Amino acid sequence: MTAADRLVHLLARLGVRRNEWRVRPGLYRLGEAGPDSPVFASANYRLSFDALRGALEGMDAFILVLDTRGINVWCAAGKGTFGTDELVARIEKTGLAEVVTHRTVIAPQLCATGVAAHEVRRRSGFRVKFGPVRAEDIPRFMAGGRAAQEMRRVSFDLKDRAVLIPVEAKTALPFVAGASAAAYAAGEPVGAAGIAAASLAGFVAFPLLLPWLPGEDFSAKGLLLGSIAGLGAAAAGLARDDGTSLPSRAVKAASYALALPPITAFLGLNFTGCTTFTSPSGVRREINRYVRPMAGMAGAGLLLNLAQRVVLGLKGGRDGQE
Amino acid sequence: MARSRTNTLEYNPALCNRCGMCGVVCPHGVFVPGDDAARLVDRDACMECGACSLNCEAGAIKVESDVGCASAMIMAALTRRGAPAPCCG
Repeated sequence: MTAADRLVHLLARLGVRRNEWRVRPGLYRLGEAGPDSPVFASANYRLSFDALRGALEGMDAFILVLDTRGINVWCAAGKGTFGTDELVARIEKTGLAEVVTHRTVIAPQLCATGVAAHEVRRRSGFRVKFGPVRAEDIPRFMAGGRAAQEMRRVSFDLKDRAVLIPVEAKTALPFVAGASAAAYAAGEPVGAAGIAAASLAGFVAFPLLLPWLPGEDFSAKGLLLGSIAGLGAAAAGLARDDGTSLPSRAVKAASYALALPPITAFLGLNFTGCTTFTSPSGVRREINRYVRPMAGMAGAGLLLNLAQRVVLGLKGGRDGQE
Repeated sequence: MARSRTNTLEYNPALCNRCGMCGVVCPHGVFVPGDDAARLVDRDACMECGACSLNCEAGAIKVESDVGCASAMIMAALTRRGAPAPCCG
């Protein structure tokens, strides 16, 4: 992989000019591939295709690129675009049966969410052999003829989580920047910094620290992490002498402590969609359990903050008249 | 690694034809091959991706699989539409 490839990969992750990174669906010939060479199926997402291409370097093989609308293997399989119909159609369209003499297509394991191997065989005559989860394991898979246990498992290690930070940041930044700027414009520098801190906690610290944050539920983990930002902002608000009384500052501090943690918690809840292990039922349960309390906390914090400002304004008005 | 715990996985070993596909396709080792039928060894690890049930020709495995994307589900709940629309890459 060259530096240019890596730049393309980052842009592809960010969805920048997404459609230009699509690989054209069809049959690709690597090396001196002939009628006996293995056939590997892939998505037409640039990162998927490059991972496979890289793993097959030096091998004589065919790559059958499916039209997954530029989406990666697992997500496309979940949505059915990397599915039985498309695989069967692509085998027919490319005339694969005339190109190779064998009748086996090696498909990435994670496409099994969309590809029913027995259906493909019945409809196309091709046997689907599910390869390893990760393309990098293909050389070992080919040497051994089968995938070892560890090649069949998805992981979600630090590196897997770190590459998602720019993706999460891209989604969250417009909202975060807007909220933070609005708070600053409303004369809330501490609140603005708190919003920024709670958001960074949500889309940088949360993915990195995920396995070590206590608790099972992502929202609870996020509330805990966000509390650090909330309490930090509260302490800063209390300590900062802005000419108001201590009780008044305490109310403001409480508003930070209430309003900020839900920001991190919401970003944490959203991160469930990026993991390799959360179930839709589990996410639904978390939504039912946490979204209302989270909205309640944020709303209460916001109201408290507004109330403090109104009281301060009324007082200021009265003081001015005296 | 955190587990999903809540899931809709149902398995009827009486229908199993021991093809072994569930053990092959599951990314979390929920099923392993057994002598008479595949064994469900780690139910809590199931993330409802649906690969096992789709590839179970015998129809022994049922699971309600869906796109597990929180933002899509929240949008679906807010707009009171049924199924979440696919959104991400």
